[in-house]
Amino acid sequence: MEWLFFALFALVALVGSAGVVLSRNAVHSALFLLLNFVAIALLYILLGAQFLAMAQIMVYAGAVVVLFIFVVMLIGNDTIDDFVARERPVLRVIAGILVAVFAAALVYVSFWAPNGRPNGAPTFGAVESVGELLFTRYLLPFELASVILLAAMIGAIILAARTKPPVGRPED
Amino acid sequence: MDWMGLLVIPVVKGAIILLLLLTATAYLTLFERKLLGRFQVRLGPNRAGPYGLLQPLADAVKLFFKEEVVPHHVDKPVYLLAPLLTLVPALALFAVVPLGPSVHLFGREIPLSMGDVNVAVLYILAIGSVGTYGVMLAGWASNNNYSLLGAMRTSAQMISYELPMGLFVVSLILLSGTMSVTQIVEQGRPWWAWLWLWLGFPFFFITVLAETNRSPFDFPETENELIAGYQIEYGGFKFAIFYVSEYLHMITTGGVVATLFFGGWKGPFVDRFPLLGVVYLALKILAILFLFIWVRASVPRVRYDQLMRFGWKVLLPLSLLYLGITALLVVFLL
Repeated sequence: MEWLFFALFALVALVGSAGVVLSRNAVHSALFLLLNFVAIALLYILLGAQFLAMAQIMVYAGAVVVLFIFVVMLIGNDTIDDFVARERPVLRVIAGILVAVFAAALVYVSFWAPNGRPNGAPTFGAVESVGELLFTRYLLPFELASVILLAAMIGAIILAARTKPPVGRPED
Repeated sequence: MDWMGLLVIPVVKGAIILLLLLTATAYLTLFERKLLGRFQVRLGPNRAGPYGLLQPLADAVKLFFKEEVVPHHVDKPVYLLAPLLTLVPALALFAVVPLGPSVHLFGREIPLSMGDVNVAVLYILAIGSVGTYGVMLAGWASNNNYSLLGAMRTSAQMISYELPMGLFVVSLILLSGTMSVTQIVEQGRPWWAWLWLWLGFPFFFITVLAETNRSPFDFPETENELIAGYQIEYGGFKFAIFYVSEYLHMITTGGVVATLFFGGWKGPFVDRFPLLGVVYLALKILAILFLFIWVRASVPRVRYDQLMRFGWKVLLPLSLLYLGITALLVVFLL
């Protein structure tokens, strides 16, 4: 029974990621990305990692893709198309590097990395175990990530405050 | 394999809940129009049937028989997808709301909730964060400047108010020590915890109003400046889906609020008659719906910049403060 659901969700995830790359329209790409993220969240649920699934939907489906669509709506599809047409050679190089990295990762995962569910930890994606790991074994990376995020946030606020007068005040 | 327990019972339960929710939604529109009428010293709809009770039916028939028009300048797939993306999250929210304690039927114990998962509170937040898509995509796909402006405003508003809402919910999780909605309902709390919870309720309710796009935060519908925001290019049945979603969202969030803040199905004599729990929950939801409509009838729509300023400069610090104090309370008193 489980493999049936796995096949279904994996297929949806694949269709989603193919759609991201093949769509001509940036918003359509973002929507396929959304589909992909949701399918991945369902795969997490199959693994029994409910917390990861919810975090995946909240962070990736609920925030990241919303931001993508927001930006596309703000600057317009045409601007993106122009940019792509202008910078095509550079973009090709970047895409090539990315493909190489992901191909290497794929080869590594399929041949050498340990596969499947971690032994003896049926609750590895539950809230308690994730929280415990974050505050014991991975404390330093966790704190580092928060500091980096804080720095990014302050940087964004400074940039926004410098270029524009106070936001959203209509001329009344 | 236990087909009965895995497939039949959930499907039957889901169908019943769906039917109840959709009927309730239809009558909520009448409830709102009647109440608004009373607030404005009018009678409200009273032509179709006794006391206007057949009005929702008449509205539904009218909307069904309207001509379906898809304007040629829209992005068709996204344009058709957007109403569904507002309907589904509004509906899915109700899945984790327990309707009552377990009942015994045909020799089995049937829990009266769709999914009793241990991350239910996170599920509520996750579904809430996905709810932005319908509005955003409707506005973008319509290819209309007013729609786009309305959609941008609404999505910015929803994202801004999700943050304090999430922080209030985190405080609630701290206070209860669990993320399972069933346990939040069933566990007992000391009196000061209830008091502290209800102290935070007005602020949480403000975020709920913004999240459901209800007055005074009904920016998608600013008729006077954006005609109707993201809904302009939608007519007939597609418009009806948006309309139904809004009221459905009110009911399902009402269910969530009643469950998280007011003990859900709990009430006197529920342990003897489990089905009484459903009645209590319905009454609590009704009270919250009344609150929604009461606010709409009394408070004028705020200006957009006021809304954003209030969200970021008042509600967010307040919710952080609330979280901090809750943590202190939990550590020292619980």
